[in-house]
Amino acid sequence: MEDRMEIKTAGRAEEQLKEKLTVSALAEALGAEWLVEGEKERIIQAGYVCDLLSWAMARLPEGAAWMTVMGNLNAVAVCSLKDGACIVLTDSAPLDENARARAEIEEIPILRVEAGAYETALRLGELLRKTP
Amino acid sequence: MSALTFTYEVPGDDFTRAGEASSDVKRKLKQLGYNPEAIRKVAIAMYEGEINMVIHAHGGEARVEVDPQEIRITLSDRGPGIPDVEKAMQEGWSTAPDTIRNLGFGAGMGLPNIKKYTDELRIDTKVGEGTTLYMKVLA
Repeated sequence: MEDRMEIKTAGRAEEQLKEKLTVSALAEALGAEWLVEGEKERIIQAGYVCDLLSWAMARLPEGAAWMTVMGNLNAVAVCSLKDGACIVLTDSAPLDENARARAEIEEIPILRVEAGAYETALRLGELLRKTP
Repeated sequence: MSALTFTYEVPGDDFTRAGEASSDVKRKLKQLGYNPEAIRKVAIAMYEGEINMVIHAHGGEARVEVDPQEIRITLSDRGPGIPDVEKAMQEGWSTAPDTIRNLGFGAGMGLPNIKKYTDELRIDTKVGEGTTLYMKVLA
């Protein structure tokens, strides 16, 4: 809990974070809605923005927070197969019920934000730059 | 040690079930203790193959043979075949319909991705008869 508080404060101030960025910390910094908790203490190593699943299948980096508006079952499969850290649904995009169920089984965290992918990615980049 | 073999039927035109076979293989390889990189390669290549079978061929059959040195995957369908394999291997070339593109697929990355993640790939295809992909991933 203390770590999360620190990340929240540090997100505003220009100082280095002591801990690596977790999905939980990202959710808090973004003020995101939790749709699936899954492996929420997973470390985020990168970010990726893409709505084409086959493109993401080729390029999603391992441990990435994936910002997309694709809330379907196949997006969950792609994130799982590519070992992404979490899916961040941007622009308040909907999540299909079967996708939610699969993400729970696969323990893939899914967050939702009102902001668009660009703004969300900027925020993530800012946080990643400050992590050790 | 003799090879273990798993076979799956890949359902046609049902995107909600596409990926079941690759997910199951991924789980089994994990249980068998294969290295994570080999597992990842197999799962990605197989998933792309499954999606191709659903999009283009109304499903088909997946056969996976595993032994300590390598994992061999055979995906066969009785779909329309690939008229121009060279083109199909190019990134961005796709014949997928709009309904598929709306789901986020059809970016023309399927076969290039399979090639990228396998150590060996052979494609036998005949227009009007079907396609068989032979892939090998070193363990």
